[in-house]
Amino acid sequence: MTTNGKNGKYVGQPVKRTEDPRLIQGLGHYVDDIKLADQLSVAFLRSPYAHARISSINVDAARSAPGVVGVFTGADIDGRVGFVPCAAALPGLKVPRYPVLAIGKVIFVGQPIAAVVAVNQYAARDAVDLIEVDYDPLDVVIDPVRGAAPESPVIHEEFGTNVAFNHQAGLGDVDAAFAQADRIVKQRMNHQRLAPISIEPRGVLASYLPGEQQLTLWTSTQIPHLARTQIAVMLGMPENKLRLIAPEVGGGFGSKLNIYAEEALLGFISMQLNRPVKWIETRRENFAATIHGRAQVGDVELAVKNDGTILGLRYDVTADLGAYHQLLTPAIPTLTGLMLSGSYKIPAISMTCKGVFTNKMSTDAYRGAGRPEATYVLERIVDIAAQELGLDPVEVRRKNFPRPDEFPFATATGLLYDSGNYEAALDKALGLVDYDGLRREQQSARQNGRLLGIGLSTYVEICALGPSAAMPAGGWESATVRVEPTGKVTVLTGASPHGQGQETSFAQITADMLGVDMNDVLVLHGDTSIVQYGIGTFGSRATAVGGTAIVLAIEKVIAKAKHIAAHLLATSPEEIVFENGKFSGTPLDKQASIQEVALAAHLASNLPPDTEPGLSATHFFEPKNFTFPFGTHVCVVEVDKDTGDIKILRYVAVDDCGKVINPLLVDGQVHGGIAQGLGQALFEEVVYDESGQLITGTLMDYTVPKAQQLPRYETDRTETPTDVNPLGVKGVGEAGTIGSTPAVVNAVIDALRPYGARHIDMPLRPEKTWRIINGQ
Amino acid sequence: MIPTSFEYHAPDSIEAALDLIDRYGDDCKILSGGHSLIPLLKLRLASPAAVIDIGRIGDLGHIRADGSTLRIGALATHAAIGRSDVVSTSCPLLVHTARLIGDQQVRNRGTIGGSLTHADPAADWPAAMLALEATIKVRSRSGERTINAADFFIDAMTSAVQPGEIVTEIIVPIPAQPAAASYFKVRHSASGFAVIGVAVQLKVENGAGADVRIGVTGLSPRPFRAKTAEALLKGQPLDEKTITAGAAKADAEATDTMEDIYASGEYRRHLTRVHAKRALRKAAGLDK
Repeated sequence: MTTNGKNGKYVGQPVKRTEDPRLIQGLGHYVDDIKLADQLSVAFLRSPYAHARISSINVDAARSAPGVVGVFTGADIDGRVGFVPCAAALPGLKVPRYPVLAIGKVIFVGQPIAAVVAVNQYAARDAVDLIEVDYDPLDVVIDPVRGAAPESPVIHEEFGTNVAFNHQAGLGDVDAAFAQADRIVKQRMNHQRLAPISIEPRGVLASYLPGEQQLTLWTSTQIPHLARTQIAVMLGMPENKLRLIAPEVGGGFGSKLNIYAEEALLGFISMQLNRPVKWIETRRENFAATIHGRAQVGDVELAVKNDGTILGLRYDVTADLGAYHQLLTPAIPTLTGLMLSGSYKIPAISMTCKGVFTNKMSTDAYRGAGRPEATYVLERIVDIAAQELGLDPVEVRRKNFPRPDEFPFATATGLLYDSGNYEAALDKALGLVDYDGLRREQQSARQNGRLLGIGLSTYVEICALGPSAAMPAGGWESATVRVEPTGKVTVLTGASPHGQGQETSFAQITADMLGVDMNDVLVLHGDTSIVQYGIGTFGSRATAVGGTAIVLAIEKVIAKAKHIAAHLLATSPEEIVFENGKFSGTPLDKQASIQEVALAAHLASNLPPDTEPGLSATHFFEPKNFTFPFGTHVCVVEVDKDTGDIKILRYVAVDDCGKVINPLLVDGQVHGGIAQGLGQALFEEVVYDESGQLITGTLMDYTVPKAQQLPRYETDRTETPTDVNPLGVKGVGEAGTIGSTPAVVNAVIDALRPYGARHIDMPLRPEKTWRIINGQ
Repeated sequence: MIPTSFEYHAPDSIEAALDLIDRYGDDCKILSGGHSLIPLLKLRLASPAAVIDIGRIGDLGHIRADGSTLRIGALATHAAIGRSDVVSTSCPLLVHTARLIGDQQVRNRGTIGGSLTHADPAADWPAAMLALEATIKVRSRSGERTINAADFFIDAMTSAVQPGEIVTEIIVPIPAQPAAASYFKVRHSASGFAVIGVAVQLKVENGAGADVRIGVTGLSPRPFRAKTAEALLKGQPLDEKTITAGAAKADAEATDTMEDIYASGEYRRHLTRVHAKRALRKAAGLDK
């Protein structure tokens, strides 16, 4: 049996992804690949204004345009389609009503105003241009800090303020900690707005069958079951008459952990027209109307002693929420507050957070979701403190780590870290990069006028989300494991992998536990009519929580199979040993294979008394805690003195995600995660101008790093299992993004130290570094 | 891509293309490699009644040396120029430039004629065209004319190509010392376009700059010859000192500068000076 820390025939091995042959041959089916007879296309008229009253909409010309079947505006959905939901709950949270089509007012560029339905996408899009809207532009709110001021224009008049919430978190006597400090280190830091940019944008296909009164919705989502429940409520229909299918999903990074206006609206339109309707998001729509990430600006203060001991931390932050709450918008900054202890023993921590509405697309979960902000703030301020104290940044970190024997470790943010050995990961990374040698090299480089910089980040993150009590909509996960009459194994997981590779890793776990060939295991997910209720894939949870549900379901299957095997072998269940797919009785030459037992279970003519036919089991696993992966990333850069260009010379990542099921999948997650973290550090930024126009609305303007802009990664691991789940896994989906960003910025600041550099806000465009070099 | 509807024509001769252009007047667009036009259609920034695809016109993709000149057909792709032995021998500056354009996919489809006609201020080709004193041949129903590179680029997105005209060929005088050339660019992190680009073509006699030509793209709405810098270098020994002094004036002709969130005008001026120096050093053989 595969539990905690053990390898098997498949588990722990670099098994190639079973998903890939179909995906790389273009044989997978994404939403747009699914075509139904009689399907219509939907195109949206979206707001060109960031803030305006709509005085009139005239759709007559659009309605009579060639090929147009219907045009829908706010008046058509008012009172008939529910509001876009927000699942986050905070005391005193202001939740504006978010209609699926604008009613009377638009509050961000890209907000849907009208939907045109036509025989094809060209006719639909042409007719969009025929809709006449009269707008009365209003003053816009772009900067969240100014937006929080009393004199600011107000976006949601009903609240009389743009402040959606004030949140406080943290434990310990912070004032006392600061009073005892030898030094207080302060810095304002900005976490720029980012666009998640999945390769496959969003897309919805809705098909309503009026006779059966059933709606099927194919949508590119990370959370098929939660979406089914929410959309059924929005449409006022019985949840069990809505079938929601997430087919192949081409990336999400949190942006598809949401309920979008278009998803419910397409369902509504199909019910109105009794025909299938499809909408595939364009890349420009994806930039303007799919959630953004990050967008916090805050002041961090660290109370330290002269020897580098950290006494306390304060973080006062303003979060730019955008125009409305999407599913988890207000919850994201609270995750930042939870993770402010990082990998350090900080006795007293406080965070105050102001969430502010602005005339922009909503922010929400983007890979890391609140944790990168915490890690960045902490890893940057620790570096600045080391600089001010004249200490090596490695030693300041080491001094403040909890020791391995201090786990489980309780933080001043209210978390209990499960397990860790932070120094082991740090030492491994320093060894790989030859830290001491690098520091010597840096010395001589500086003497030659070269700007070499070394930056590190010793992060810890929170994964395996999570205990239901801490989650807005359940934190468990489900699995059904079915051994079919022929011995083939079908696994139904409530997690909804969308690129991570759990069709492979879940098959590895299942095949080892049941002693069958991996090719005999089929992992199904993403279809609410096939799979029992589940939560979904986000927060690096699918393997730790969903994989555990599979393990526990398999244990039930094996227990039942033992019972049947004992009957077949004429012995007692207690005598049965199950190994490598064989049930052995006493004497040991009597054997029955799992396949034989499965057939017997289905033929049901020779079963022990009171035994149900069939061989399947379902388990809903509720985790008792989060998991806390950690690691050390080291980045070495050289800055071109003449141009400010930043070149990454080396990138070393030592990550500890607990037990590794498949090292190829873990490396893939780490590589992709680092790419997105480097993207934030160096390149990416969603920019709105003063009038609220999105000026980074295409991939020609918004820099997603390409292969030649990224370094070769040197990755390694330490493996500290957790007892939170029987697999011993922690999660790795977001580690790279969380750990990498401060390592890069710390390296660049370190390179610019001869110029007195202290902090530069991301992205580190070369002009910014050049200005530091130029003393500006 | 969901453009407005348009008629699509794929004429097989210049004459047929010119007839079509005459028929549609301003309401048509010429499709060559498509790397400028397709995005405009996609974003509905252009909605022509007709798209005239000149890609099937034979013999517009030629690349050949003809005595003292190099002749490149308007349909020659950046990739074809970048890997051409003839170009590499006679005019390597074009190879350096071609290989730094966009990415491999862009180079495989994009054409030199299309790029020049589009006159994007961040395009790469203008710097080399200016430094090489190339001429651009255009055809219309009323005949043929050639335009000097110096007169070709009018303003951002405006070339000297008139309605009814098609660029057919680029004629490049083969430099006396082909290898004394280099192209340096700063690549925009997202688009790959030139934030700035500096092309240098030299003729060096006894270590001095007998002929010094510097073309600059990206810095201003109109690409230009850095004449002040050229004058400082002409007849002077091409050593570290004069190159430094000359490069320091590489932005002097720019009265107006491009500017975006990636790079301010001030920074672009600085980058132009830095890369002019690097390009000059390389072309003069100071870098090994």
